[in-house]
Amino acid sequence: MALEGASTDVRRAPSPEVPLGAEVRSETIAGPQATVGQAGGPEADRPSAPLASQGKPVEVAEFDVRTDEILVNMGPQHPSTHGVLRLVLRTDGEVVLEVTPHIGYLHRCAEKIGENVTARQWIPYTDRMDYLAGMNMNLGFALAVEKLLQIEVPEKGRHLRVLIAELNRIASHLVAAGTYGLDLGSFTPFMYCFRERERILDLFELVCGARLTYSYITVGGVTADLPPGWLQKCESFLDQFEPVIDELHVLLTSQAVFIRRTAGIGILPAETAIQYGCSGPVLRGSGVNWDLRRDGEPIYTRMYEGYRWEVIAQTDGRYPQDHPYPPVPKGAVLGDSWHRFYVRMLEVVQSVGLVRQAIEKYSRARGPVGEPIKQSQKLPKAEAYLETEAPKGQMGFLVVGDGTPVPRRCRARSSSFCNLSVLSELCRGCLVADVPAILGSLDIVLGEVDR
Amino acid sequence: MVDFLAQYLGSVWLAGTLWALVQVVLVLTVVMISVAFFTWLERKESARIQDRLGPTRVGGRFGWLQPVADGLKLLMKEDLIPAAADRVLFRAAPYVSFCAAFTVFVALPVASGWVALRLDAGVFFVLAVAGLEVLGVVLAGYASGSKWSLFGAMREAAQVVSYEVPLALSAVVPVMVAGSIDPVTIGDLQAGGFWNWLVFHDPFTFAAFFVYFTCAVASVNRAPFDLPEAESELVAGFMTEYSGFRWSVFFMAEYASMLAVSFLAAILFLGAWHGPLPLVAGVYAVLGIPAGHPLAIFVAQLAGAGVFLVKGYLGVATMIWLRWTLPRLRIDQVMTMCLKYCLPLSAAMFLGAAVWLYAFPAGVTSQLLGPGAAATEAAGSPPAVAGRTALAEGGR
Repeated sequence: MALEGASTDVRRAPSPEVPLGAEVRSETIAGPQATVGQAGGPEADRPSAPLASQGKPVEVAEFDVRTDEILVNMGPQHPSTHGVLRLVLRTDGEVVLEVTPHIGYLHRCAEKIGENVTARQWIPYTDRMDYLAGMNMNLGFALAVEKLLQIEVPEKGRHLRVLIAELNRIASHLVAAGTYGLDLGSFTPFMYCFRERERILDLFELVCGARLTYSYITVGGVTADLPPGWLQKCESFLDQFEPVIDELHVLLTSQAVFIRRTAGIGILPAETAIQYGCSGPVLRGSGVNWDLRRDGEPIYTRMYEGYRWEVIAQTDGRYPQDHPYPPVPKGAVLGDSWHRFYVRMLEVVQSVGLVRQAIEKYSRARGPVGEPIKQSQKLPKAEAYLETEAPKGQMGFLVVGDGTPVPRRCRARSSSFCNLSVLSELCRGCLVADVPAILGSLDIVLGEVDR
Repeated sequence: MVDFLAQYLGSVWLAGTLWALVQVVLVLTVVMISVAFFTWLERKESARIQDRLGPTRVGGRFGWLQPVADGLKLLMKEDLIPAAADRVLFRAAPYVSFCAAFTVFVALPVASGWVALRLDAGVFFVLAVAGLEVLGVVLAGYASGSKWSLFGAMREAAQVVSYEVPLALSAVVPVMVAGSIDPVTIGDLQAGGFWNWLVFHDPFTFAAFFVYFTCAVASVNRAPFDLPEAESELVAGFMTEYSGFRWSVFFMAEYASMLAVSFLAAILFLGAWHGPLPLVAGVYAVLGIPAGHPLAIFVAQLAGAGVFLVKGYLGVATMIWLRWTLPRLRIDQVMTMCLKYCLPLSAAMFLGAAVWLYAFPAGVTSQLLGPGAAATEAAGSPPAVAGRTALAEGGR
């Protein structure tokens, strides 16, 4: 199934895999499983092409009029690629045939540096991976090292960690929702989301002095306890935040144009999501009821014991009904971009509830919040791997100790990396304007993808 | 006016040219100042919608001089022409759009008798010339030598040209109801109170107004139809390679066409230069000023012009409001909306209005309120009386 007729100089656009002047055959670029778009060009509001990975035979549609394919480059500088990501789109007019993400523009050798600094000194590097959810990154790595060292954080510290981590989940999902609207042309919800996020960042600044790269949750506990009066400020923030969520539902979730742009777009079947290692809202948006806060390792799920909350995933065709959520519109198919967005919005409400409960439990708990380990603490000659539920998905940290304070290997398993890998599957057969819609719904952050 | 000048200048030709120049300068001035005002309005309105303040420093607390600062900045920017660009077309494209957008105002009246060029087919002229703007856009997209600009230009061409059909069709509804395609006549017919406005004449014209406004927003490329300028997808669409003064020319052309379609909406549907209540006539009656006095007529027309400008500005403010509220439609959704919704709807409105006129030839208003309703006229519009009775006689 050769694609003749394509102008060869365009196909020989320089890229690392294809040296200039090489004989380019269609199979090497498209792969044996590519489908040649949907015949008939763009139709209104139809879902993405069926995924070739499902084992169906490849169909080649013959066009009457031979149109050339063009290679369009989105990025690395681009308003809607959420960072320095280069997407090479092979399109036939408006229909995208293939998307190839090129990553690595934000690689900063964090894992190599991890072999040269102590565990506590590597905490700031985890901040800068998913920089929108630094607290969750810190928590993931701290728990992994605590698992290795087999130390236990006291109860008050666990509640404090839940409080902080869920607050940062709200902030991360606000950015996701705001920038998603921005990609689709809604400028105003972006401002509302960031206004609320600023309030959360102000709270974090009171806690640890930083707005984005916190390094607050560290191995053994936290760097310092909450300042006096902080809990009241947090509660007043939550009180004024809940009506804003409804505003965002009106402006985005239930908005007719937003639904038209996202419903039925980028449908990800559950098996494909699992095969590609997707996690977080991307996985739960496809209907898989899996959340590490409930289903993960005991050292992590122990933090959430005693909390009343729901995992947001569609089970038996219904979402949790503990709140008056906006209804699912008619055009939305499970696994499409709208559902991924909806899962994030509902998770915000759940996180608000978790923060409230954590405030209450933290206030009632007695004892220390946890003392950070000494810098000279030797790591045992063992390894520990722990995945936690970060806002963007399952973030895993592997720490291999060798008897010295400096680990032999630090590895970060990034959720956005796996979520991004499914992009080319999702974008096959969609329109160019759908690519930001799908990419935004995957909610990647390049700091995490590249590390 | 030309005769008046010719007496002093001795030559009709010279007088005519001078008067035409004066009118053109007047029109350009008003429109340019409006465009500058709209840049300020956009920034302020969008800021307030987004819970921010907008310009607050340049020119006092409200940032009145911000447009001046913006204009100066754009003039001082580097003149960039991409290496792959077609130099002649790249330079010419903004001015094609600019001329098309600004020429429209020549045929739009601001008050009864106050129009630069009184054309019998004024509405047709406006719609036709406004459609030339897309030529500049396509030129820009092609001449920029970039795939992204080309994408934007092709989308724009498809969108604007397609939406002109339902736009014209819904504009024809009030023309049919009024019985004339001359904007001055259509405006004169809507004298009196807001109950005489054509938008309230019958439910089909009422619906046609909304269809017209939607298609107008689409044909000037404003959100939710602003794909050609989609920031988050194609950087700036066909305008990606333009910077500095050239970009500001495109920008001015866009705001000018927004104003032009708002003005046309005001003329066709919203009572043109007449206020919601016949206040001027009332004031004149109370103060005992003779309505036929030239100064009285002049003041009444000035007030009318002010009302007309306000209506146009409100239309533009609504377009700005829409832009900052709604997300963007995809190109195939834009085309679906045009071909499957706006076009059949405007055709249905046209048919409905025709049936209505056949069923109620004298007009519903005069049937409900009696022939006396036609007698309460605004001052200074003798043609309006004749026009009103023309409508009462079936408008044919």
